[in-house]
Formats: sequence, structure tokens, C-alpha cells
Amino acid sequence: MPLTTPTSPHVRMPDSVTAIMLRVVVALIPGIVAYIWFFGWGVAINLSLAVVTALTSEAAMLAIRNRPVKPFLVDGSALVTGFLLGLTLPPLTPWWIPVVGTAFAIIIAKQLFGGLGYNPFNPAMVGYAMLLISFPRQMTMWMEPLALNQYQPGFTDVWNYAFHGTFAGNTGIDALTMATPLDTLKTQLRLNHSVNEVMASNPLFGSLGGKGWEWVNIGFLLGGLWLLYRKIISWHIPTAMLAAMTVMAAVFYIASPQTYGSPLFHLVSGASMLGAFFIATDPVTASTTNRGRLLYGAGIGILVYIIRTWGGYPDGVAFAVLLMNMVVPTIDYYTQPRVFGHKD
Amino acid sequence: MEVAVPGGGGNRGELRVTEQQYWTFRGGIHPPQHKHESTTRPVQTALLPRRLILPLQQHIGEPAKPVVELGEHVLRGQLIARASDFVSAPIHASSSGTVVDIGNHPIPHPSGLSAPSIVIETDGQDRWIERRPITNYTELNASALRNTIREAGIVGLGGAGFPTFIKLNPGPDRIIDTLILNGVECEPYITCDDMLLRERPEEIIAGSFIMRHALQARHCVIAIEDNKPEAYEIIRPLAEAHGIEVAMVPTKYPQGSEKQLIQVITGKEVPSNGLPVHMGVVVHNVATAVAVYRAIQHGEPLTSRYVTVVGSGVSRPGNLDVHLGTPMQDLISQCGGTPESVQRLIMGGPMMGFALHSTEVPVIKTTNCIIAADRDDMLQTHQPVMPCIRCGACVDVCPVNLLPQQLYWYSRAKDMDKIQEYNLFDCIECGCCAYVCPSNIPLVQYYRFAKSEIWDREREREKSNHARDRFEFRKQRLEREKTEKAARHQQKKAQLKRGTQDESGTDKNAGQETTIDATDRIRDKNATTDDAR
Repeated sequence: MPLTTPTSPHVRMPDSVTAIMLRVVVALIPGIVAYIWFFGWGVAINLSLAVVTALTSEAAMLAIRNRPVKPFLVDGSALVTGFLLGLTLPPLTPWWIPVVGTAFAIIIAKQLFGGLGYNPFNPAMVGYAMLLISFPRQMTMWMEPLALNQYQPGFTDVWNYAFHGTFAGNTGIDALTMATPLDTLKTQLRLNHSVNEVMASNPLFGSLGGKGWEWVNIGFLLGGLWLLYRKIISWHIPTAMLAAMTVMAAVFYIASPQTYGSPLFHLVSGASMLGAFFIATDPVTASTTNRGRLLYGAGIGILVYIIRTWGGYPDGVAFAVLLMNMVVPTIDYYTQPRVFGHKD
Repeated sequence: MEVAVPGGGGNRGELRVTEQQYWTFRGGIHPPQHKHESTTRPVQTALLPRRLILPLQQHIGEPAKPVVELGEHVLRGQLIARASDFVSAPIHASSSGTVVDIGNHPIPHPSGLSAPSIVIETDGQDRWIERRPITNYTELNASALRNTIREAGIVGLGGAGFPTFIKLNPGPDRIIDTLILNGVECEPYITCDDMLLRERPEEIIAGSFIMRHALQARHCVIAIEDNKPEAYEIIRPLAEAHGIEVAMVPTKYPQGSEKQLIQVITGKEVPSNGLPVHMGVVVHNVATAVAVYRAIQHGEPLTSRYVTVVGSGVSRPGNLDVHLGTPMQDLISQCGGTPESVQRLIMGGPMMGFALHSTEVPVIKTTNCIIAADRDDMLQTHQPVMPCIRCGACVDVCPVNLLPQQLYWYSRAKDMDKIQEYNLFDCIECGCCAYVCPSNIPLVQYYRFAKSEIWDREREREKSNHARDRFEFRKQRLEREKTEKAARHQQKKAQLKRGTQDESGTDKNAGQETTIDATDRIRDKNATTDDAR
């Protein structure tokens, strides 16, 4: 009988793309739980719609492109894109927002570039940016944390709003929604209020950052630390990004504490932790050399702060990530490590 | 433990450092060890097979040239093929018997091809030639010592098979600071060096003295990984009693790789295009040290070695002392397996070893381990290959600090300039990148492909350069001949003119010119035909 003769190495670590992606989803759980706890069932509906759309679009595109559907569907990458995009959406939003955004992310940003491993831009962030630019009204109607409102919308209320655009009670949607803490701070500061005034007078703000938001960020931080511990991500990107944000915020905060948010406020607001541990670390679109990862992460951190502070949008993670995606090939080229036995 | 080291009267060295301190190398992996499977039993002598197949090339370099005739009776240790070049090694009969064939036989090589071999039908007596031990090698100069080692056919037994005498020659002006005896054995499954350290520590130390004498090395370090505590406990007191340091370093693959090991033991980084000897360091395998000892102090050429026989295809895995040339299927049978049920046979370790095409191939000098698998569960390669997700796991484990994912990318694109810019030729093919790749990409295969592609192109380029040179040369020559011809023509014309001016009659003149032209044409034609040849 002829022997089988594959080439070395003959052993492989029992790991797979699927295992990595599933661990990323598991790591999202603490953040998701906090998010639902503070902002209601809308989060869950967004996530479900985004995930179903992601998997459906992925399967359809694979079939159209004559690629094997099953291995690429079970690799979990579309699942992660669905989760990440779902997490960036306002908790109260019409059903077609997650559907259109996710379909765009998977079909245009991922599959049209060649599918898994070939997309230069983070698909979830492309989907989010498209939604934000195309549907600014729906995308900026954020709910205030449930604890702040007398009216507590239940699952059916949120469901009805998502699918029928109506609320059962006499309360209008406007009573439930408002700008996010980051946005509020920015607009109020422009009206010449000081940071202390804004944070003291507005119930949106908690002890660290925005009420509710601080816990969501802590949830994502915990999940991110677990990913580091499991060596799914390396420390370079999150550390560099958070450090750069902290340094930027500290410089301006020390110079003028009344006109700029504190470093801690920035770290636990908006999508800071989700961005640092889950979005910026997307392997396909991030830098791959260790020095490159530090530059890439730092670039994102600086851009996030700039967009938040002086830009037109409430949070800057998506645009910061997309901008840095563009320079990844250049960063990688100039940050090649010194090869063993070579001089610098 | 009180053990007499045979012939250990050489230059007793001082310990290299008082405070033992080691370094590490970047990257590396920790695959499951699978070492205990073959270390539970002491080393057994392999049964003498009916036929021994001895390939003429069992080393790096030129194949040996046979010096025996068909039908000739040979004794164990008798020279049957001599070294044919400087980088080459002689082959000796590994048992007594009759030469029954000199011809092509399957050899353990990834290609599965056959190569010239000498086949000996054994007589079962295993009679040695007259052995001439060198009782006091210190009286020999280094050159004579190296020559004896060369004539014993000793090559690196760690798996590379580079002729040992060359690596014992640092050159006239070079001072060797450290001789490292490599007992690291970082690949999973392989335990032959482990068993050698446990069972023949005195011979290793005696061999180290001889090597040190040849190299005039100041220090000697025996390097072992900490997954061999038994071996360490046995060799350490003995070694330290003789001024030899035993370095037990944390287990990490590929620590046994020469340049990585040098970094771990000495902290020195051997340059990409440099040799360890340039840094004053020489590395030899522990089994090579034993072979050197046997050759010098017992007068025995290299005719046997320890081989680990392991894998799901054998029920009694272990280490055997094997006559070189023994067919692998005999070892599988002796270890409780049936050669027919083996589905995959690997020579070497699972990380860098290669799969063989037949169980009939013989054990050669570089066979440290054979892994016989009767089903594919141990070595999983059936997972689908997915696209690279640029996760960088390969970057983290590369011991050479390459960017494996970029090399893969350029290899797929066949961008051979770029792939060299990313230092493809520094890749040691250790397989760490492919081991950790979550997408199951056979990365090493891509690098081998790129390397051979580049070598092919180099050869092609050389060939076409050569052809162009020849063409240019021919063009020049034809040009030159043409001008010479024209000059000759003019000269003759002038001569004729002068001649006919005296007489008269232009008709005759014209006829002569035609003849000259015709002669030139014939000469031209001959020249062209010469070129074509």
C-alpha cells in the first residue's frame, strides 16, 4: 500500500479560525450584558437582526461567488461582524438599520473584496460609517439609560418600535432618546459651559463617564482582558490605542480642565473599550508587525480623541479605524522586524 | 556516582562561567512532547537483518564511490565506498557478509527516488575487521585526528549529516571558545539522544575530550532541555567532575537548531551569512561525540546508531541500536508493528522530518527517529485550508523574526524579488509558523517552493548569461573575421592590379577576382559550420 507523504510539519496546533472567532464572541458577553441591562432589549434585537443578516448575506455571496459555503460560514467571521455592527447601533432603531448596515458590511466591504482575509477595511466599521452618513437621524437618536427614565419600555415596546415604528403608550419616542454623553458634553462645551457644570447638571453623567456607558465599557474591558489572557489578541494595539487616548486627553485636560473631558471620562465613554479590544484588533485589517501594531493603535487613539473633541460626529472610533486601515500596508512595510543574524 | 571515563586524560577545562546563566531565543513553540512513549525501556539491539542496504550518500556532499566488487566478502567496519570529494564521507560495511548488489535502491529521501546503494547479504556472524584503537590520541596532532574521524565515516548524527571532520577544523588562526554538545533534542517523539545521555554518558564525555583536542576549545557545554531530568541527573556529576558544564535549559522548540542553541548558551547571535565558528563556537551532536570516541579509542568506523521507533503503528515503541542499512520495516516488526498496516512513515521528528514512500528504505547515518502511524489520528492534516487572516500568530513564533505571512503572500504572488527582500533565505523551515496557523496553511511548503523557484531562476539566468556571452563572442569573432577578410580581399585586389597593369587584358583579371571571392565564401561557410558544432 502506498504511504501518504504530506510535507512537514506533520503536527498542527488544534486551533482554527472558527475557534478564534467564537472566543471573540464569548469575550463580548460581559459588555453585551451590561449594554442590555442599561439600555434595554433594543440591543438584543439589533444584535439578532445584524447576526442573521450577516450570516445570510455571507452565505448568499459565497454561493454567488461559487465558493464553498459551509467552511466559510462556520469560520465565524461573519458572526463577529454581525455582533460588532449590532453593538454600534442606537438601542432604539428601525429594523432596517441593522439589516442594511450589516448587508453593506458583508457584501460590499467584505465579499466584494474577496471575502475572509482579503478586505482592507474593517467591514463592521464600513457598515457603521455608511449608516451614519446615510441615516444620520436614526443613527444619532440614542436612548438615555433606562434607570434615568420613568417610563421603562419593555420587550414588546421595543419590538413594536423596531418593526412598526410605533410606541404603544402615550410616550413619544422623543421622550426616550437624547444625545449620548460624549455628544452632550461636546455641544454643551460649545455653548460655553464648563465640564463641571455640564456633568453636575446633567443626569446622563455618572461618576466616571456617562451613566451606564461606564459599565458597558468596563464589561468590554473585562472581555478584552480575557482575550489577551487567551492570546487571541496581542497587547500592542489596545495598549497603544488606550495609551494614546489617555495622553491626548491628559494633555488637554491638564491645560484646561474646564473645557476638556478627563482621560478617565474618555476611556469609559462611547466605544473606547469595544474599539480598543474588539474593533481595532481585527487581524485582517490591522497591522501585523509588533512595532506596526503600536503605531496603528496609537494612530487610532489619537484620531478618536481628535474626532470626539473637534469633529462633527459624537464618537470617532469607526472613522479612526477606517483611516488607519488605509495606512496599514505602509506601516507594515516600514516596521519590519530585525531578522535574526541581520544588523539593523 | 563514580564512573571511570575511558580515555578521559585530555585537557581538563575550567568551567565557562561560575554563575550559570543562559539566554533564550525569540519565538518558538511548545508542541506535545510524546517523549515518555519511547523512554520506558532500555535501548535494545536491533536484530541483524538478512540484507543491509547502504546508500552511497548518507551525508551532505558528494556520494561515496564503491571500492568493493559484487560477490566480495566483507567484514563489519570494512571500507566499501570511499569519500569522493572534500565534502563527502566514506561508507563501511555495517556487518559481515557478501556484497550481492551495487545498484539503485529506494533511499530515505522526500522524493521517494532510488539511488546507488551497496547491498550486503549478512552471514549472521557480525565479524569485525581488525580494529586499530588509538590509545593516546593526545599524541596525534589535530590534523591526523580529523583524518581518522574522516576515515571512520562520521557525519553529524543529529539529522543534518554534515561531515564531522570539517566542523572540527576551525582554521589555523581561529580560537574556539566553546564546544557545545547538542543533547537538546527539541523535536517531539525523538528520544535517541536522551537514551544515549542516560546509557552512555562516559562515552559522550570521552568523545568531547577528543573533539576538544581537535578544536583546542577552551570550554565545553553539554546542552539538555529540562524535559530530560533523568539524563541530566546522570550526566551532570560525571561531566562536572571533568570540567564540563551541563546546561539544562527550558524546553522550547526549535532550541536544538544550531544558531538558536548558540544564542541560548552563549548569548551570541550568529550573523545571517556567518558560521558559528566565526563566533568561536562549534556545535556537535552528543551522538556524534560518541561516534568520535568509538572511532578513536576503539578503532570502530560508524556502522550503527541509536534510532527511536515510535508512533501508533508500533505497540512496543522504544530505542534500538541499529546496524546502518537495516530496512525500516524490520525495526517496525521488532517494535510490535506490522509494516503492512503502516499508513505514514516519517523519518526525523514531526516538525521537520519527512514522510517516506516505503517501509523498505534503510536506516542511514542521519536516521534519528522513525514515526510509524497506522491511522491518521496522530497527525491531523485533514482540516480545510482557510485564507490567511493576518492574525500574526506566525510572526510571534518565528525564531528568526521573519514575517511569515508576508513571505506566504509573496510566494503565492510569485514575487521572488520581494520575498528575498523579506529574507526568505533566513528561514530555517522549523515549521513553527505552520504549526500555529489557525487557517492551516502549509506555510513551509510555500517557502520551499519559493526557494526552489529562485534557485531555478538563478540557474536559468546563469544559463542564459552563458548563452548570451557565447553569442556575443561569436558575433565579435564573425565581425573580426569579416573585417580581416575584407582587408585580405583588398590586399589581393591591389596585388592583382599591380600585376595586371604590367601586362594587359582586363578579362583575365576579372576571372581571378571571382576566384578569390569564391574561396572566401567557402572559408566563411566552414567557419559557420564550426560554430554550429
